[in-house]
Amino acid sequence: MNETATPSFPKHLLDFQDWRRTQVESLLETAQMMQEVLARPVKKVPALTGFTVATVFFEPSTRTRISFELAARRMSADVVSFSGAVSSTTKGETYRDTLRTLEQMGIDAYILRTDAAGVPHQAHRWLHKPVINAGDGWRAHPTQALLDAFTLREKLGDLEGKKIAIVGDILHSRVARSNAELLPMLGAKVVACGPATLLPGSLPGTTLTTNLKEALAEADAVMALRLQKERMDKGLLPSLPEYIAGYQITEERLRWARPQAPLLHPGPMNRDVELEGTLADSPRSLVERQVANGQAVRMAVLYHVLVGKKS
Amino acid sequence: MKGEILIKNAKLADGRGEHGSADVLIGEGRILSLTGGDASTVLDATGKVLSPGFFDPHAHLREPGQEVKEDLQSGLTAAAKGGYTDVVSMPNTSPVVDSAEIVRALKEKAAQIGRARLHPAAALTQGQEGKILSEARLLREAGAVMLTDDGRTNEDAGVLAQGLQYAASWGLLVSVHAEDAGLRRGGVMHEGKVSFRLGLPGNPAYAESARIARDLEVVRYVIQGPGMEALRSGKSLLHIQHLSTRRGLELIRQGKQDGLPISTEVGPHHLTLTDEHLESLNPIYKVAPPLRTRTDIEALVEGLLDGSIDCVGTDHAPHTQDEKELDLLRAPFGIPNLEVAWPLLYTELVLKRGFPLPILIERFTDGPRRVLGFSPIHLTEGAEASLVLWQPNNQRPVEPSAFASKAKYSPWEGWMLQGWPVLTLVEGRRVFASEPLL
Repeated sequence: MNETATPSFPKHLLDFQDWRRTQVESLLETAQMMQEVLARPVKKVPALTGFTVATVFFEPSTRTRISFELAARRMSADVVSFSGAVSSTTKGETYRDTLRTLEQMGIDAYILRTDAAGVPHQAHRWLHKPVINAGDGWRAHPTQALLDAFTLREKLGDLEGKKIAIVGDILHSRVARSNAELLPMLGAKVVACGPATLLPGSLPGTTLTTNLKEALAEADAVMALRLQKERMDKGLLPSLPEYIAGYQITEERLRWARPQAPLLHPGPMNRDVELEGTLADSPRSLVERQVANGQAVRMAVLYHVLVGKKS
Repeated sequence: MKGEILIKNAKLADGRGEHGSADVLIGEGRILSLTGGDASTVLDATGKVLSPGFFDPHAHLREPGQEVKEDLQSGLTAAAKGGYTDVVSMPNTSPVVDSAEIVRALKEKAAQIGRARLHPAAALTQGQEGKILSEARLLREAGAVMLTDDGRTNEDAGVLAQGLQYAASWGLLVSVHAEDAGLRRGGVMHEGKVSFRLGLPGNPAYAESARIARDLEVVRYVIQGPGMEALRSGKSLLHIQHLSTRRGLELIRQGKQDGLPISTEVGPHHLTLTDEHLESLNPIYKVAPPLRTRTDIEALVEGLLDGSIDCVGTDHAPHTQDEKELDLLRAPFGIPNLEVAWPLLYTELVLKRGFPLPILIERFTDGPRRVLGFSPIHLTEGAEASLVLWQPNNQRPVEPSAFASKAKYSPWEGWMLQGWPVLTLVEGRRVFASEPLL
């Protein structure tokens, strides 16, 4: 560990297990500053000049990758991209080989996306430089949760005592798991709701229910999750119309929530599945705001893991 | 009396109990005397314990075809180092061990290697495909001791019933990897609060217990068949491998009370590790069946004590380091166990929990031998000198880099254990001796 950096700040972002509320608050404050940078005509600061970050995506994702790459470039970091598939045999290059090769090329931070839970933790054990988790399987997507928290605070102010309903395929959702870790840390109450077959048996700090009305009742904000169509093939859901009948967020159902409760979705959206018709484009929707804030939050994350906060 | 090796001042402990110190004279492959005599090699075994050689009913030695993971040379050397004189190898290799020719070739090669003795298990169905029965009669003649489709699950209960019936008629035990494939799905760890939080696909305890329940009913059905009463004469017909759950144990205990001819084993990892280890997100903890909970461990220790569980089977399942460094979805199931099983359970059960030593020895020796129809070895004059001398007091950490197995990693790395074997004899011949004894 580098002793000159602020020791109180994790030099990685794998999930929120080793983060404390004050650190998250501090990061969200930095994101606020980054947002101001993004509002300028020239959206570039020299904060990360001389650093090279690598986006290492073993699972394809255009949106998250672009968001991270822009975030790095706006802070004057150099960016390289690696995308590859992992074979289930060891005939191909292993994660470790790929990452160690990049390490030899002088990468300063790794932004890692995989379809399997835990790879960022494995990478963290193998590498000497910071690892930022850009989504690992069903497990965690911490920058998504941070941008959700940032967006919610922008709209609702302090999240203390606020009820956030997350609706959809909770079982397979890294977004739900990261939000269930982060939002209660910031004082919010999280209720996760979905079809019985798409709910985990338990999630710490989170109320689970199959009853949408109960989940939305008096909610201060509603977050719908993307439904993967392959869930039907696995026998977890009878059909799309069945999901829509039970769990689509509609104008009418949104009335169960608090008036003006905002609507979030991590994207990409299946229009007319998770959300009814034009709800995503309505004034209640924060979907576009989430995307814009994502960049500011990722700039803050890169800044914190690479430079740290001056004490 | 003149012998080859004299082991002086050894404490004797076998499946019947502890028998004080003796000077054990060994020659012609047997224990010649317990009261000393002349020998060309004399070992002072003060402070050490002599026991019958351990018998592992379940190991994956990977030959033929997967020698990159393990082979007979490395696997049987690892076994001897672990105090094992006998090992049953699983047939889920490439090709599958489903012919008398392969069984014979394995036995011949193992005999040349001259470490622990090999007892191949052969496939219950040809190619382990769950369709056509393999040639039990010819396989037995070649030296197979058990039939199993381990590595896969027996989804077709009809094929299992026929296989049991047919194998029993030739005196062969059938063993099963008891997990319902549908309930297990793609589970990579125990389904429970840890898997839910980590977002890893879970394998519920009920995948095991549901399959055990079905298989016990299959046994009830099969033993109604012609000639079965006379054939079984107290022997086990169905052996349930690597039991991991409290509920599975309850079913087996009940089945045994009902007089069903069944037996079971438990692995060292299922007695010492839980699903909470997966919080490290390290595939080294990925095994099948998965690491369960503290409650399951407590039940399994109880079952090992009261005899509901007949024996310890290592389920030694080596893979390459590269394979175990894949992610948790893709890394293969299994860990190397042969070199740590005894010191691990001696330390964790006997020393830390007061588990009776003779019972643990029984589960490593007489228990597995009985299940497979071998006579027990007890420390008496005239007994076969397949023995292990082990060190109950010296504490030493688990050091995977020093493993004889090709799989040089371990979930117990760094654990301080006692009970390490220092000498293993097969019919009086040294197959392992730690350096101070060489």
